[in-house]
Amino acid sequence: MGHPIPLIFERSVPGRTGYSLPECDVPEVPVQQLLPAGQIRQEAPRLPQVSEGDVIRHYVNLSSLNHSVDTGFYPLGSCTMKYNPKVNETATRLPGFARLHPLVPERCAQGALELMYNLEQYLAEITGMDAVSLQPVAGAHGEYTGLKIIAAYHKARGDHKRTTVLVPDSAHGTNPASAAMVGMKIVEVKSDCHGCVCLEDLKAKVDDTVAALMLTNPNTLGLFDINIAEIAEIVHNAGGLLYYDGANANAILGKVRPGDTGFDVVHLNLHKTFSTPHGGGGPGSGPVGVKAQLIPYLPAPRVVKEGDQYRLDYNLPDSIGKVHSFYGNFGVNVRAYTYIRMMGGEGLERVSEDAVLNANYLQARLKGHYHLEYDRLCMHEFVLSGKLQKAHGVRTLDIAKRLLDFGVHPPTIYFPLIIDEAIMIEPTETEGKETLDYFIDVMLQIAREAKEDPENVTQAPHTTPVSRLDEVGAARNPVLRWQP
Amino acid sequence: MNIPQDLKYTKEHEWIRVEGNRVTVGITDYAQDQLGDIVFVELPAVGDEVESGDGFAVLESVKAAADVYAPVSGTVVEVNEDLEDDPALVNTDPYGQGWLAVFELAEGEDLSELMTAEEYQQFLAEQE
Repeated sequence: MGHPIPLIFERSVPGRTGYSLPECDVPEVPVQQLLPAGQIRQEAPRLPQVSEGDVIRHYVNLSSLNHSVDTGFYPLGSCTMKYNPKVNETATRLPGFARLHPLVPERCAQGALELMYNLEQYLAEITGMDAVSLQPVAGAHGEYTGLKIIAAYHKARGDHKRTTVLVPDSAHGTNPASAAMVGMKIVEVKSDCHGCVCLEDLKAKVDDTVAALMLTNPNTLGLFDINIAEIAEIVHNAGGLLYYDGANANAILGKVRPGDTGFDVVHLNLHKTFSTPHGGGGPGSGPVGVKAQLIPYLPAPRVVKEGDQYRLDYNLPDSIGKVHSFYGNFGVNVRAYTYIRMMGGEGLERVSEDAVLNANYLQARLKGHYHLEYDRLCMHEFVLSGKLQKAHGVRTLDIAKRLLDFGVHPPTIYFPLIIDEAIMIEPTETEGKETLDYFIDVMLQIAREAKEDPENVTQAPHTTPVSRLDEVGAARNPVLRWQP
Repeated sequence: MNIPQDLKYTKEHEWIRVEGNRVTVGITDYAQDQLGDIVFVELPAVGDEVESGDGFAVLESVKAAADVYAPVSGTVVEVNEDLEDDPALVNTDPYGQGWLAVFELAEGEDLSELMTAEEYQQFLAEQE
């Protein structure tokens, strides 16, 4: 058990400072002459009084409590917490990229524009789309942008009745949230017994008010929807469009292109599939790709190539407009570009092969010890259920907490919602067999403990700096700031 | 699992108490157990008109946020404001102090689709 780390305020010693300022070399003027009375504070702010060394130790110690993909296994389902190669950082720190002002004239930013143009081309090629915008800065932001484009497309055709978005019951929560943000009504489509979209339910719910179906393929169960051609036909025949949530694209690189399976719009999470930092280490990037008929509605500006010169085109009268300042998270896009160039086409294909192999290895070794609702070959992730352990009074939350004792970040839990006591595991391609075997050993030990010594699991974690946190108390009565 | 005899039920795990043309709606014991500790309740405004099947409230637990679907069409005439300060009432007393809202039924609203306690019990058994 480590020592609890005091707050920076609790380290404060009256009179201690971490700086010394030179004497003022301009005449001093009383503050009352500079500011209106109402804007002058009556007492000094209560800031911690600490030395530079105190500050450094405090924050370095706090940072060492973080679990990251650089410190341990991170099988957080649907988040694709793969290792982020350090060469990505080297490229991003090149002064020509890092020190570039976003408002320099285009002729002084040709290299950056070329990188953006080429990255758009690569992502279009990988997804089978005709054009890409790098502007959205997160997956959900990409969804929002994609749905705005779909809404603009229907509106431009004078088709004003399309106000519904179909979302499968296995979808990421961001799908209905994004649709609601665009002002659409959400209709849920059920899953069938194979974990795929139920075609009968889809047929019953599709009509001429449907703007789009949002689909993640493979879905959040880690299962590839083999009926995708028929799904596309049903939605297209009703006049709707197909939106591809690229959250799980790590499973299909070089194997399947959403654009070839009927999708009209796609977003990718560069912070998942293309190895840019993720989860507190962000920021993210959620580029959107579209088929030709939707290109006019892409966010402005777009990077265009004329001869061997690049420029930003703002003259896009049908565009949905800007969705972020400047051109999106440029530094993140440099990392993704570097990753794609380092891996090459064959390398990216191997990424998906190894990601799928790793997930299937874990699934095969863990099933039986944990309940597996959909027992079929999975893609890059799979979903176990803590049902068997629940019988011993051990819940999925307890299993997740116990994993912390072994230096493993817990998988995603209680999602997708259609699996009772869900445990969603995604090892990614960047883990070797030794790590996977270690994880399997730990999971088997926890399954044994659930039977023989359930309290050890329900009271976990035991080795972390703080033990089980009162999550309910924190949510119901949050303490948001320190008070003396 | 507690399933009071005098209430009606839906497949979405809501209970309905019918009193004339007014109905009180909440979630069942089974639903609160599935959701886990509820930490936030978002209720409709009095006067809101809802269609049967629309989401009219949101329950947020440490596990998930769940829409509560209107079991009937009608107008919201009362909401349980106590839940704003004490959302745990939905867990501790789902059929009593944990009620969500009272609706005045739309004209001609048909309640025959709703399940009896026996039917809901059987429905739950089939779910397992």
